[in-house]
Amino acid sequence: MSALTDDTLPVTPRAMRDEMIVFAVMAVLLAVVPFTGIYPFFVMQALCFALLACAFNLLIGYGGLLSFGHAMFLGTAGYVSAHALKVWGLPPELGIVAGTAAAALLGLVTGFISIKRQGIYFSMITLALSQLLYFLYLQAPFTHGEDGIQGIPQGHLFGIFDLSKPTVLYYVVLAGFLGGFLLIYRTINSPFGEVLKAIRENEPRAISLGYKTDQYKMLAYILSGTLAGFAGSLKVFVAQNASLTDVHWSMSGEIVLMTLVGGLGTIFGPVVGAFVIIAMQQYLAGFGQWVTVIQGVIFVACVLLFRRGLVGELAHLLRRSL
Amino acid sequence: MQALYAQLLVGLINGSFYALLSLGLAVIFGMLNIINFAHGALYMMGAFVAYFLLNLGGINYWWALLIAPVIVGIFGMILERTMLQWLAGLDHLYGLLLTFGIALIVQGVFQNYFGSSGLPYSIPDQLKGGVNLGFMFLPIYRGWVVIFSLVVCLATWFLIEKTQLGAYLRAATENPTLVRAFGINVPRMITLTYGLGVGLAALAGVLSAPINQVRPLMGADLIIVVFAVVVIGGMGSIMGSIITGFALGVIEGLTKYFYPEASNTVVFVLMVVVLLVKPTGLTGRAA
Repeated sequence: MSALTDDTLPVTPRAMRDEMIVFAVMAVLLAVVPFTGIYPFFVMQALCFALLACAFNLLIGYGGLLSFGHAMFLGTAGYVSAHALKVWGLPPELGIVAGTAAAALLGLVTGFISIKRQGIYFSMITLALSQLLYFLYLQAPFTHGEDGIQGIPQGHLFGIFDLSKPTVLYYVVLAGFLGGFLLIYRTINSPFGEVLKAIRENEPRAISLGYKTDQYKMLAYILSGTLAGFAGSLKVFVAQNASLTDVHWSMSGEIVLMTLVGGLGTIFGPVVGAFVIIAMQQYLAGFGQWVTVIQGVIFVACVLLFRRGLVGELAHLLRRSL
Repeated sequence: MQALYAQLLVGLINGSFYALLSLGLAVIFGMLNIINFAHGALYMMGAFVAYFLLNLGGINYWWALLIAPVIVGIFGMILERTMLQWLAGLDHLYGLLLTFGIALIVQGVFQNYFGSSGLPYSIPDQLKGGVNLGFMFLPIYRGWVVIFSLVVCLATWFLIEKTQLGAYLRAATENPTLVRAFGINVPRMITLTYGLGVGLAALAGVLSAPINQVRPLMGADLIIVVFAVVVIGGMGSIMGSIITGFALGVIEGLTKYFYPEASNTVVFVLMVVVLLVKPTGLTGRAA
């Protein structure tokens, strides 16, 4: 099996420095958003999807596993958080913990089922599992079926930060995104991340070197699912609802698309991809089903012409790792 | 009991579609190493072509059974020539992503012009009505779908397992380079194989048009169930795909009778059970 990313550069101090600079620029740019007049709701939504795409990218870009069911983490965490906040009346921080923990548990269960199958089968299994959950949520009473859970109270985070104020909510979401991003960055550059890359490049060889590759993949899968769930819990505060859209296969497809557009296996690619796709949906909202067609065209174009994605092409051009 | 037999029949019909679709997926995967995510969209196209033939060209169901798979098959071969062939040698996952994109395009275009509601396609005169079998009332068209699908599945099995052409095909699946060295045009065979697999999907679409109506998203959810069928049965054997397809259809039909709440999910649940008991799937070949 040929590698997904054909030119992996070794991690050098220079690469680390570059990445840190880009990260700092990104953090500053995002931090000044509330002062620029840009609609914060749009950026918050994009940040949630950016974290989601980064979590997905951890699995495919570094573990070589294409999950076609990542919407199940987004949707499950969303439902659990929404239920915890609205029905149980938990404070925001515990609502987030509940949603994220539910996603972690889901990762454990679905990972146990799917991780032993490789490549294409893994993708089909994750897709089928997410469809299974979709039907369960369609019928379960607590999700309110087609209506979803609406009017979720935002509350005060840690009893201090009033999340109903857009600016406060914005910085909370930004902090969550940056925290998740750094965790993924740390994971990629840890010894654990190096083993994952080795498994992606050549699994039999990694096995022959004594690594229990299933365990590594399982851990990466759970971590990816948990972070995707964290993004889903944050999104509940932004959208103030949890609905079936978030569990549908088309959402899983969008997550794949964001990562593909930005660049599989790049550090900043999923963030760029998420902003591009969310912006596109925003601007083309009036075109109805043509948005789906355009997304399809982007898929085809990316696979045939820009397999490295936007950030991957840029990194290749600059001969840097980004 | 009437209701049980009726659900069994529905199960057999769904099983026919599962079998025809998973058969096509298996044949395509064997030659192209691609999981054809566009399979559901092409199934839908088959139904729409039949609808257009009838309403625009006045061409009846019987001709549509022949013409629609050919038209969609040619469309598929164009896709293979213009796009899929460039993926040879890349990771399998790119094939999945590319065909997913194609599915989005095809479904999006149809949805744009025809919305999400169903268009009626009437049962041909010769197959209208039903017969009383004593224990149940059998609508003739439904019986026809099951028998005709079974015949097509077995014919495909015969073509691949028992004929010279099939032998080339199986050889090219195992070792394309060697087969090429014998002077056989492997790229053309790959194109024709994709056309064949896609044609089977379109045929299933035509068969389902009078039963399920013609809808732009009729293939979108179906393809995910078919993926689960493929995970359960594996893609290594043609006969395995046929049997698994029909068997899961019947189990789904039984679930509709005994525990209707689970009828949407039973195939997925079975997939989970199979994976827990035997992680490599029923046919046992490692992925």
